[in-house]
Amino acid sequence: MPAVTYVRPDGASRTIEADEGVSVMQAAVSNGVSGIDADCGGAASCATCHVYVDEAWIERVGQVGDDENDMLDCTASERRPNSRLSCQIEMTSELDGLVVRLPETQS
Amino acid sequence: MTEPVVIVGSGQAGLQVGVSLREAGHRGPVTIVGDEPGLPYQRPPLSKAYLLGKTDEAGLLLRREAVLTEAEIDLVASARVAEIRRASQTVLLSDGRELPYAHLILATGARNRVLPVPGADLDGVVMLRSLADARELRGRLAVCRRAVVVGAGFIGLEFAAVASELGLSVHVMEAAGRVMARAVSPEMSAYFLERHTERGVVTSFRAAVTEIVGETGRATGVRTRDGTVVPADLVLVAIGVVPNEEIARDAGLETANGVVVDERLLTSDPNISAIGDCAAHPNPFDEGMVRLESVQNAVDQARTVAARLAGHGQPYRSVPWFWSDQGRDKLQIAGITAGADTRIVRSEEAAGRFMVICFRGGRFVGIETVNWPAEHMTARKLLAAGTALTPAQAAAEGFRLKDHLTAGVMAA
Repeated sequence: MPAVTYVRPDGASRTIEADEGVSVMQAAVSNGVSGIDADCGGAASCATCHVYVDEAWIERVGQVGDDENDMLDCTASERRPNSRLSCQIEMTSELDGLVVRLPETQS
Repeated sequence: MTEPVVIVGSGQAGLQVGVSLREAGHRGPVTIVGDEPGLPYQRPPLSKAYLLGKTDEAGLLLRREAVLTEAEIDLVASARVAEIRRASQTVLLSDGRELPYAHLILATGARNRVLPVPGADLDGVVMLRSLADARELRGRLAVCRRAVVVGAGFIGLEFAAVASELGLSVHVMEAAGRVMARAVSPEMSAYFLERHTERGVVTSFRAAVTEIVGETGRATGVRTRDGTVVPADLVLVAIGVVPNEEIARDAGLETANGVVVDERLLTSDPNISAIGDCAAHPNPFDEGMVRLESVQNAVDQARTVAARLAGHGQPYRSVPWFWSDQGRDKLQIAGITAGADTRIVRSEEAAGRFMVICFRGGRFVGIETVNWPAEHMTARKLLAAGTALTPAQAAAEGFRLKDHLTAGVMAA
C-alpha cells in the first residue's frame, strides 16, 4: 500500500496508506483528509482537487494531460509549475512516499 | 451544537451533511439512516466506470468506514424510516426503533419511475439507480447481446455508450422528439444524437413502448405502439425518477414535486430541512421551485444546511452545474439551461468542442459545453458573478467568455 503525505498550508501533515490504482484525490477524500474538495468525483471537471507536488516527486508523477492543463488554469489558488489535479495522479508502488502540498483554498 | 441531528438518507447529500456538520464543530449525535446496505457511495460511476469494470465497489465509497467512526457519525444502514413524529421530534424506524432529533434532515433522494406496461417485470428488464442495480447490470452486460434502452436521458445515454463499447447492439427508444429533451438545448441534443449514431446506437423518437415481450419469463423484445417489436435480451428502463417525499407528506409537510423548502432549505417545520434530489426549492438560477438531480446540488445543499445549523445560515444560491460523460464526450452544464428560448452556438470543430450559450426571456441562464472544461469553469464564474450577457454580445466575432467575465467584474 503506497504511502502519500498531504501537507497543509499550516505545515501539519497526514500520511495515508493508499490502495494501488487509487488516485491521490480519492485516497484523500475516502480517508477524510480535508483540503481536497473533489466536487466532480474525479472527472477532471471541477479543479477542486488541486495540489502542489513536492519538488522531489514532480518528475515521477507523470505529465499534465491537455484537459488537465486547461483545468489547472481554473484553480482557486495560484497555479505553479508543480500544480496538478490530484484526481489525475494514480498511486502506484513507484510513488510510495509521495508528498503533496495542499493549496490555501479549493474554491 | 450538542443536540441530536438525524439524517434520513445515506446518499451523497446525507453523507455530506453529516460530514459538514462535524467539520462545522457540531458535537451532538449525528445519525444517518439509510435504506441501502453498506456505506454511502458515489452514484455517477455506476453508469460509467463501474459498468466498464474500471472501478470496483471499494472505489465507489464516499468515505471509508474508519472516517465515519472517527467522526462519530453513526450510520444505521438497511433501515427505513416508517414515520416522522413531529410532535415528539422522533423518527420511527421500520424495525421499531425510535430516534430523537433536535433537527431532522430529509435526504431521501429519488427512486426510478416504473414503466407501466405488461412485461416490465420480466427477467432482463432492469433499472439503474443503486449499487445493487449496477452490480446486476454489470453481470448482464457480460452475457447479453442486444440492449434496448427506454429513455434517452442522461442515464440512458451513458449506458448506451457503455453497452456499445462493450460490443452489444443498442437501440434507444425515446418518447420525446430528441435526446435529453428535459435538460439540454436542441443543438446539444443534435450533437449527441450524431455521436451515438456514429458508434452504432439506433435511436427512435416519439416512441411509445406498449409492452415488453418475453418467453419463459425472460424479456425477448420491446413492442412500440406502431406494433414493431425490437428484439432485446436486456432492457434498461431509464425514464426518470420520482422524489421520495412520502414520509414528509405523511407527516403533514408540504410536498410538490419533492419536499418543499424555502431558500434556507427549511420545510414549514422549523426543525426539519430537506436537501438533494428530494428537495423542491426556490433557485435563483431558474424560475419558480425546482428540484435538481445532481451531485453539485446534493453537496452544496448539504453544506448550506450544515452551515445554518452551525449558526452561519445563508440562502442557497450555489451555481447549479452538472456533467455527463457519454463515451469520449464530456457534456457539462453551468446554470439551468432547460427552457432556453434563445441559444448562441460557438464551436471549435477542429478541437472537437463547442458551447451553447443559453438565454430565456432575454436573460442569460447558462452554458452547455462539450469537451471544453475550462470554458465550463468560466461559465460558472460568470453565473456566480451575476455578469450580464446578451445574445448579441455572445454572438459577436471574437467573443470570449474569459474576457467578458473580466469586463463584467471591472464594470461592477
